[in-house]
Order: sequence, then structure tokens, then C-alpha cells
Amino acid sequence: MSAAERAVGPVDPVVTRILEVLSVVPDPEIPAVSLADLGILRGVEKNPAGDYQAVLTPTYSGCPATKAIQDSVRAALDAHGLTRIGIRSRLSPPWTTDWITDEGREKLRAYGISPPERGVGQPSLRAESPVSCPRCDSTSTEEISRFGSTPCKSMWRCLSCLEPFEHFKCH
Amino acid sequence: MSALASSSSDLQKARFEHALRLGDDALILAQRLGETCGHAPTLELDLSFANVGLDLLGQATLLLGVAGEIEGQGRDADALAYQRDVLAFRNCVLVEQPNGDFARLIARQFLFSSWQLALFQKMEALPDERLSAIAAKAVKEVTYHERLAASWMARLGDGTEESHKRLVDGLAWSFRFVEELFEVDATIAPLVAAGEAVDVSKLRPEWDARVAQVFAEAKVARPKPMRVVMHGRTGRHGEHLGHILSELQFLQRAYPGATW
Repeated sequence: MSAAERAVGPVDPVVTRILEVLSVVPDPEIPAVSLADLGILRGVEKNPAGDYQAVLTPTYSGCPATKAIQDSVRAALDAHGLTRIGIRSRLSPPWTTDWITDEGREKLRAYGISPPERGVGQPSLRAESPVSCPRCDSTSTEEISRFGSTPCKSMWRCLSCLEPFEHFKCH
Repeated sequence: MSALASSSSDLQKARFEHALRLGDDALILAQRLGETCGHAPTLELDLSFANVGLDLLGQATLLLGVAGEIEGQGRDADALAYQRDVLAFRNCVLVEQPNGDFARLIARQFLFSSWQLALFQKMEALPDERLSAIAAKAVKEVTYHERLAASWMARLGDGTEESHKRLVDGLAWSFRFVEELFEVDATIAPLVAAGEAVDVSKLRPEWDARVAQVFAEAKVARPKPMRVVMHGRTGRHGEHLGHILSELQFLQRAYPGATW
């Protein structure tokens, strides 16, 4: 959230309040983590006219959850009486899995999803760094399918404990 | 009409056409890939094609949204996708080609994605921040599309006698349509001159080198270039686009303005 605070100055109580409300809004596809954990919530901005805007970013251009995410943000703002807050999507710079917070990575692992490695994600078919099993930590694993239940995850299998698991791909 | 006014309106028209071409390429190929859902050779490929199509559909939504903004007539991405007829579509004819067998689909995907990747990398430097942002976002996605297709080019070409033959046939089918990808026609030329569109003719050497590398891995010869009478960029499509649109636009044609 530090980036967002820098954008509007450190002590705007409305921004702080909006961030507080939005920091716990879960991702619709992976409810174990919040939109803030995933870096999908870019921050809150105040324009020269004095209007506040929550700025979101899609993970993939065609992410089907984009609309659901905007709806959950709107619902959370409404539930806390925060009306007349704009919601906008910003593509640039493009979202990367490096924006997933350390806390977010830990929550993903606890939920059974192997988190992405750090370092700018380069999609690749082969020669990716080893993915560790979220259950037994073994790195003796293999990719079963490049895509899983969502575009941002691939399907893997642990060769040690034999459990299948999902991996949040580097992107 | 003064020369200046004419030139400025030409440029505005070219901006709209430019965004349409980019958006229609993505939209039509997304629709073609959507047809494979439930029909790919393996479950993993089924998921891959559907997700590649999903990426392209997302790109199409963004690009057609920009086209609508440039046009300024109140048309959004949905209006442009659902309420135009064949002659108004600006996609290249390569993407409207029927899927054919798995090898032909892979050949089309490789030829298109390798071109789209080279294009989007250059588009990141365009002055229109909407287009450069979409391109920067899409480069990450298309990088994977290209690698998926390139890896299957090698597996099919360097596979069995049958898979090799099918890839050669698929390439022969698709390669007839690549010239259009590198053409700067009269509509887009003023935009290229103004630095607002990538000069696609200059992408050729890089694309040729990449294609040669993958053709070598796949042990296939480069098909001879060919000119065809169809020209998607100016609306002269083949018979296939009409059939695609009859499915893509069915709901809005049968129930105009339907929403949910």
C-alpha cells in the first residue's frame, strides 16, 4: 500500500479508509488471498477535482474475473458507506506476479497453491525453475498442464507425495 | 475541403482503421480458437487453446474499445464486434481460415503469433498510450502463444511421417495469407509516416529469421510466397468470415440489444 500512499500524500484520511476497506476484499477466484495481496489493487488516487478513485489492474487481458473484481470492490465500498468513489482499470505498467506480497505468497501456499517465484515472470514451456509442492515442499514435481482452473495457474503433480497441486504461474 | 482538413480527417480515419485491424485480428482468431473447446487432441491442449483464445478476446475487447473511442460515435467494443457485417471487418484473412486439422491450426497459430509478438513489441513505443499499454500487457501473453505453437511445430514436423505430412499441408494452406501481414497500404501509410503505427513491412527480416529457425527445427521447407485476391484489411474477405460472424453475432442478430 505504500505506493498508493505516495501517490496522494501520506495523510489523506479518506484514502486510508478506502484502502482499509479494500485491503480485505478477497479475490473472487482465489478467496484465500485479497486483491491487495495479489497486487490487483494498484492503489487509491485523488484527482484534481477532489474525486477518489480505486485503481485496479487485470492479471491477463482476458481475465474473466475482471468484472467480478470490480463488482466486489463496489460492494465493499457501498457496504462501508463509501459512495461516489470511482473504480478504474489501468494496464500500464503491466501487472506482474512480482507484485504479489510476501503475505499473499504465504496465504497461497497455505491454501494449497504453489506461489510464483520472484523475478520478472517469463512464460516458458521448458526450463522453468523448480516448483515446490505446497504440501511437502519437495521440488521433485512435474507440470501436467500449462493451464488450470484459471488462466493464471498451471496444474502440477508432486513426485514425492504424489499429490496434484496448482501453481500460480510467473507472469 | 482544404488540403489540411482532408489530411487531418484522413489521419483520424487511419487511426480508427488501425485500431480496428488490430482488434479484429484478435477477435476473429479468438472465435476460431473457441471452436476447438472440447475438440482438441488432449485435455491439456484443450485448456491451452481456450486460454490462448481468452487472451486474444481480452486484447480484442481493449483494442476495439480504443477504436470506438477514436471513432467517437458512441460505439463500444461490443457494438463493433456484434453490429458490423463482413465488409466492415478488417482482420487479416489468415485468422479467419478454418481450423482444419491440428497441424493446420498449429501452423496458423505459429505464423500469426510470431508476427503479433514482433508487432506488439514495437507497439510498446507508440505515442498513443492506450495502444502502447495494451501492447505491453499483451506481449507477455503472446510470448507464450508463440512458444506453444513453435514447440508443436517442432513436435509435428519432426514427429512421424504422418504428422510431418500434415504440418507441411497445414503450412501450405496458411502461408498463402502471410503477405498481407507485412503490407503498409494507402489507408495506414499516413499513420506510419506520422509515427503513430508500426511499419509492419520492417518486421519482415526479424519474422523471417524466427520462422526459418522454427522451420529448421520442424524439418520443413519454407513454402513459396503467394499473392491471393482476398484482402482482409480492406474488407475483401473469403467465404469463411461470414460463417464465423453468423455464429459470433447470432444472439445480437436474432435479439437486437439483448443484455443479461
